[in-house]
Amino acid sequence: MTINVSRRGFMIGSAAGTAALLVGVNAKGVLAAGSGVAAATDLNPFVKIDADGTVTVIIKHFEMGQGTTTGLTTLVAEELDADWATVQTAFAPADNERYANLFFHAQGTGGSTSIANSFMQYREAGAAARDLLVRAAAQNWGVDASSITVENGMLKSGGNSGHFGEFVAIAATLEAVEKPTVKTPDQFKLIGSDKLHRKDNTDKTNGTAIFAMDVNLPGMIYAAIMRSPKFGGTVTSFDDTASKDVAGFIAAQILPNKAGVVAFGKNTWAAFQARDALSVEWDFSQAETRSTDAMIADHKALLDAPQFDANHEVPLASVEPLLANATKTIDAEFTFPFLAHAPLEPENCIIEPTENGVRLHDGCQFPTLTRPMVAAALGLEPSQVEIRTLYAGGSFGRRANGASDYNVEAAMAFAVSGRKVPVKLVWSREDDIRGGYYRPMAVHRAKIGLDSDGKIIGWDHRMAVKSIMKGGPMEGMVQDGIDPTSVEGVTESLYTIPNHGIGLSDFQTPTPILWWRSVGHTHTGYVMETLMDMLATETGQDPIEMRLAMLDPAGTNQARMTEAIKLVREISGWEKGDKRGFAAHLSFNTCVAVVADVTVEDTSVHVNKLFMAVECGVAVNPDVIRAQMEGGAGYALCAAFRNEITLTDGEVDQFNFPDYELLRNAEMPAIEVAIVQSNNAPTGVGEPGVPPTAPAVANAIFAKTGKRITDLPMTKAGFDFV
Amino acid sequence: MQYQLKINGESRTVEAEPGTPLLWVLRDGLELTGTKFGCGVAYCGACTVHIDGYPTRSCQTFIEDAVDSEITTIEGATDKIAQAVQAAWREKDVVQCGWCQSGQIMSAIGLLTENPKPTDDEIKEYMYGNACRCVTYVRINEAIKLASEKLEA
Repeated sequence: MTINVSRRGFMIGSAAGTAALLVGVNAKGVLAAGSGVAAATDLNPFVKIDADGTVTVIIKHFEMGQGTTTGLTTLVAEELDADWATVQTAFAPADNERYANLFFHAQGTGGSTSIANSFMQYREAGAAARDLLVRAAAQNWGVDASSITVENGMLKSGGNSGHFGEFVAIAATLEAVEKPTVKTPDQFKLIGSDKLHRKDNTDKTNGTAIFAMDVNLPGMIYAAIMRSPKFGGTVTSFDDTASKDVAGFIAAQILPNKAGVVAFGKNTWAAFQARDALSVEWDFSQAETRSTDAMIADHKALLDAPQFDANHEVPLASVEPLLANATKTIDAEFTFPFLAHAPLEPENCIIEPTENGVRLHDGCQFPTLTRPMVAAALGLEPSQVEIRTLYAGGSFGRRANGASDYNVEAAMAFAVSGRKVPVKLVWSREDDIRGGYYRPMAVHRAKIGLDSDGKIIGWDHRMAVKSIMKGGPMEGMVQDGIDPTSVEGVTESLYTIPNHGIGLSDFQTPTPILWWRSVGHTHTGYVMETLMDMLATETGQDPIEMRLAMLDPAGTNQARMTEAIKLVREISGWEKGDKRGFAAHLSFNTCVAVVADVTVEDTSVHVNKLFMAVECGVAVNPDVIRAQMEGGAGYALCAAFRNEITLTDGEVDQFNFPDYELLRNAEMPAIEVAIVQSNNAPTGVGEPGVPPTAPAVANAIFAKTGKRITDLPMTKAGFDFV
Repeated sequence: MQYQLKINGESRTVEAEPGTPLLWVLRDGLELTGTKFGCGVAYCGACTVHIDGYPTRSCQTFIEDAVDSEITTIEGATDKIAQAVQAAWREKDVVQCGWCQSGQIMSAIGLLTENPKPTDDEIKEYMYGNACRCVTYVRINEAIKLASEKLEA
């Protein structure tokens, strides 16, 4: 046996004087164990076990409500055979190397990847920790390791028994196995269990959960920023005379990038009041000055001559002559508005000076992006920027921002404040609704050609949308000019579609845009599933039967989708001629199929019930999956019903929830979620519930009224939602 | 200016300007951060506290109007109904991001105090003003029903 001398030496050395066992991956990327401060620095611990037996799972992803703390804890506790009820969680520090999302090679949460990328990593950490404890107990008791059983945080062998904590000191001196044996699915007790409660269940119901906005530090001052009313405008001058009348006003300063003026106050209210009292002159020469109607017209003009062929095998030019021979065509044009994410905790960030640099307190979604951006804004090295990750009061994509906009704003505010005291930047709801980083506006145009048998002979699909990735840190994902987040959901359609030409044009605007829960699928899913319904109507087919026939069973995801569709058909009792709506969509590698039941009276629509079936591989936490389907569906309904951000001469027309209305309790339909039993590797659930929901409702409204909704939000079609 | 407030059964002295919303006095002045800021215009309910036992939006309550009242925040919600509501919230795994949940719970306590056996429609109507961006409404309503049943038993 080869012994890694340095690794072994480190572990023995670090064990002295401390008692907690840490298990994680060392600098070489292999599982290792240790104890105390040295181990905490040299390892990236995923699990810590204290001498009193307390197990703490270190959460490398942030928690915005999607259930990651519960999910990652499940993976460790399963393999460790820990006592679920007492396992604690702690968020990992910012560390690109050690706490990377294995799919991104960077530390960050997004794309519904948290469980998928961590599934083996966290299980192996738990299994390695269990193995160390078993060997330590065997040594302590003088028994064979194979005689030891582990259950609920207790080790037993014959008459011997003890909790984990009793063996951590010995365990920390042992060498971790590099590839521990993990359980087979039939051995799972926690993975797949419906009995686990969320780990953030108690502190979020008694007021003790700490979010970034809840952080109060000694000597802290508060900041609010007046930003350009038109996107891309810059400050030329400002007058803070009126702000000086606000009690608690400290000072106002232009931000170094001239994007706004920051007002400092002794509390949040004073900062808001002082900010609102500022008078600012702007330079709009580089700003967006168009109105929404003009922007839609500009998108439509782009459709006439697409810049890129997104299906390399079928250039658009090859489809046009085919369509000339069509017996019948289906023509449709779709428009989608800008949408704000509107997380309920408005954007905020605290920066405090430290001996070494600064510490951020943030519901930080992408430490890998935020750290260097904040460092650059302050002239520091990234290593001088510490990030304390706290609960995030929602994100829906807003906090995963290549520009780390609100963090950098906080850094700039901290810089102009003199860097001596902690600064808390808080956005008001108006700042959030009017502050950009929207789901991009998008316009699609499709022409589907059918032969006399109703078979598709060609499909011309064009879209115009501003690229999310171009000009940002993920530009490397753009290939041949095509931003995958613009076309996803059309280019990767699971259906067998002959001669499917796909054209894309990038819309240009200074209006900042961003991924919004399910990204491109927010519009592509709606378009594809509405078109599929139109196709079924035009050809007199059952919408479900038609789709099943267009899914090639030899394709892995097609087979998964087939299962999801059959399951939702079963739970909803769908019948031929059904007057409900159906839609199904693959996103983030997860298949979701939806049946929507609506009542329409005149123009008033009520969604009575949604049936959803999801194929997301192994269901780690079935109840979290159901919760994400419920939440994703509700998030989609809210936007589809009535949300839109519109501009007049470049200025956002909406201000706050009275004119950007959230879904209300009474509007949420009953919902039934079924999960396909699967042994596939787990895939994401945070986003995939969104894309098929709105088209299922639109198709249901069509089934009841004969009216197609192609301009969103649906209120534009004259419907109201009750 | 100094104000004396009765919060969670204690008398607290706080320095604030007249016209300051109670929300910011609680959060910034008294570090009772369980009460959340969501919109500032009484449209989302995240800031709901009880004033003399009645669910009230603290973002639209001036400090000077709260001085003679009994104020209860989520941190002080400990009576039998509050405990039943919180236990039901945990049993049903209601929370997601959690930002709105203090306000939801304070409203739910208000509902069950006024109406121990609400119907589904009464729940939906009473809870209309508490928005949840994660859309946990189905579970909120189930939890209120469960708390109602537990309290009756």
